[in-house]
Amino acid sequence: MSRIAVLKGGHSLEREVSLRSGANVEAALRRLGHEIIPVDVDQRMVRVLAAERPDLAFIALHGRGGEDGTVQELLEILEIPYTGSGVLASEWAMDKVVAKAHFAAAGVPTPPAYAFSQEAFRQLGAADALPEIERRLGLPVVVKPAKQGSALGIGLAREASAVAGALMTALAYDDRVLIERLVAGRELAVSVVGDDEPWALPVVEAIPIDRPFYDFEARYTPGLTELRAPADLPDHVAQEAARLSIAAFRALGCRGVARVDLILDPDEALWCLEVNTIPGMTDTSLLPRAAAAAGMGFDDLVTRMIGLAALGA
Amino acid sequence: MQETWGPATSIPPQTPRVGPADAARYDERFASRAAGIMSSAMRDLMAISERPDVISLAGGFPDTEAFPQEVYEEVAEVIGREFLASALQYGPTEGLAELRERILEIMAFEGIRAQAEHVMITSGGQQAIDLSLRTFVDRGDPVLAEGPTYPGAVPCFTAWGADVVHVPLDEDGLRVDLVEAAMDRLAAEGRRPKLLYTIPNFHNPGGVTMSLERRERLVRVARERELLIVEDNPYGQIRFEGEALPSLYELDDGAGWVIYVSTFSKILAPGIRVGWVVAPPPVLRKMNMGKQGADLCSSTVSQRFVLEYLRRHDWRDHVARLNGIYRSRRDAMLRALEEEFPAEATWTRPRGGLFVWATLPDYIDTKDLQAKALDRQVAFVPGEAAFLDGRGRHSMRLNYSGVPEAVISEGVARLGEAVREFTDLHRALNPGAGA
Repeated sequence: MSRIAVLKGGHSLEREVSLRSGANVEAALRRLGHEIIPVDVDQRMVRVLAAERPDLAFIALHGRGGEDGTVQELLEILEIPYTGSGVLASEWAMDKVVAKAHFAAAGVPTPPAYAFSQEAFRQLGAADALPEIERRLGLPVVVKPAKQGSALGIGLAREASAVAGALMTALAYDDRVLIERLVAGRELAVSVVGDDEPWALPVVEAIPIDRPFYDFEARYTPGLTELRAPADLPDHVAQEAARLSIAAFRALGCRGVARVDLILDPDEALWCLEVNTIPGMTDTSLLPRAAAAAGMGFDDLVTRMIGLAALGA
Repeated sequence: MQETWGPATSIPPQTPRVGPADAARYDERFASRAAGIMSSAMRDLMAISERPDVISLAGGFPDTEAFPQEVYEEVAEVIGREFLASALQYGPTEGLAELRERILEIMAFEGIRAQAEHVMITSGGQQAIDLSLRTFVDRGDPVLAEGPTYPGAVPCFTAWGADVVHVPLDEDGLRVDLVEAAMDRLAAEGRRPKLLYTIPNFHNPGGVTMSLERRERLVRVARERELLIVEDNPYGQIRFEGEALPSLYELDDGAGWVIYVSTFSKILAPGIRVGWVVAPPPVLRKMNMGKQGADLCSSTVSQRFVLEYLRRHDWRDHVARLNGIYRSRRDAMLRALEEEFPAEATWTRPRGGLFVWATLPDYIDTKDLQAKALDRQVAFVPGEAAFLDGRGRHSMRLNYSGVPEAVISEGVARLGEAVREFTDLHRALNPGAGA
């Protein structure tokens, strides 16, 4: 039995989601007989961890700070093994622009996009390039903050006149944003588990109910999205989704568990949108559903995650 | 005395056996009224705004530090010495008889004549709002409310399934002409509003007060068109300037078209959770039954506290003290807004109450602004929280009562920075617009 620090809460916009993930994880760890040190992370985190010296840290943080390599770096310094990906993989996955470059290099298809910083608009007149971007990508486009774990700040622009407003929204959540071609289709998620030889859990499909796309509300509100696990897919599509997801996981150098979000377009082509290195563990999250579809209970999932906890990038 | 229980820490916490996979068990059972009361994005933003290191202009908190400690101790001591058994006992659903009498005096101070048998004590004014809707509204029934309306009433409207039709406010309060227009539109569909919910004095969040002319007209409309009004008056006594205007209840003059709601939350303290409703007897009977279901009676300890306080002290002294504090804070906020907010922004200049309602240029969505503001550790209530139809996206509610002047100035300065960032960005994104 181990002494396990559960890191949750924090300052990010996904604080509440993280608290719910953390509570579920703590309950599981207790059932498994571990000793829990709950840590709602703030300025005292390093001091608390240095004093408590847990055997490992379970990171249940979402969004900036927790999912972007920051906390991982601190745990490296403290020499406390932690769940999930290392520093660099966390950082790469958090930044959608960087992640897309890695996907492309690994031959994982991802929708075409252009990325801009706030400065590009303020100082370099990037707004004048918008018509050309719209011409190249075609409308509608999705505008996203480069680093934001959930769907917060993501906007859909169906016509050119809506792009500036969507950029304003996205730039409220990050100084860098990307404008991406909207690939409409079925929303799939594949959770990948492991380190050197990763394997994929069954594909989960998120079916939004009366919503333009899988947005923040739907992601965390029961009833707005129907999750189907395993997704109803032809075998070859499910296998391809698993293969691409493992490739994306490897491209970023992930470890532990990560959730890969994919779109299946009407031509049966798969597109990788992003990798979440700390998937949600709430009651409505995809990862626990994927595990369940593989016959793995929540406690088994948590056991596997702590088994993969490690140090080192 | 023998210790029966060990320290609480020696008892291991219960190990929940309900995992995420079991969520469906509850989902399929939730009543429709329990669904989606507040958007999760809003909830997450609010969760951060509650952190202690964030300057919160989001709350609606009266200043409870101004309540004299010796007065609290004195009243608590009297309760312990003279009323312990009865204060710890259940009380009548309608509330302690003597407190209901005392409430008449408080209302009389605002020029309202009422009878004790028409008064029911509630657990805060909030419960009176909830009971009004519970008593009158079936799922889908139209209800009129100001737009913006009290954000705290939104969960009540949602829970009871009210189909809320917002009626705009201007500097003279509720647009009564548009109340009539809304009734006409509903009538054309063969519907009519079950009630109108309004805050005539120092509107939350609108910051405006209904003019005398509008009040008279509204009461006339109520009588002529049989419109039931729920008049919520939590802030009437929190007045910094100007003369009190007659309440709708008083203007109704016993015709029975107005249900009056008020509270001790602002004149004493919100933690006491004592409010009241004044309603015609047939309505009060139904509300009484609703209250029996909700909580049997409001806390007897709290009611006794209010009663013994009122017996020994002049509540108006405390209110005067609070008003002095709030007036300086309001001034600080208005000064800061003048300095920090762009010329295109507008805001109300409340003569009482706790809130300023500010409206920004329409290219700024205040939910996005909230994200930027939280980077700077300052929070407010995005205007959307005061509407049930997604409006209010460019407005915000700012509270001045809960924060000292220096903190207000700092908070508004940080907000101003966030707003300027949006304004610059808007300019950069719309090079042709010249804005």
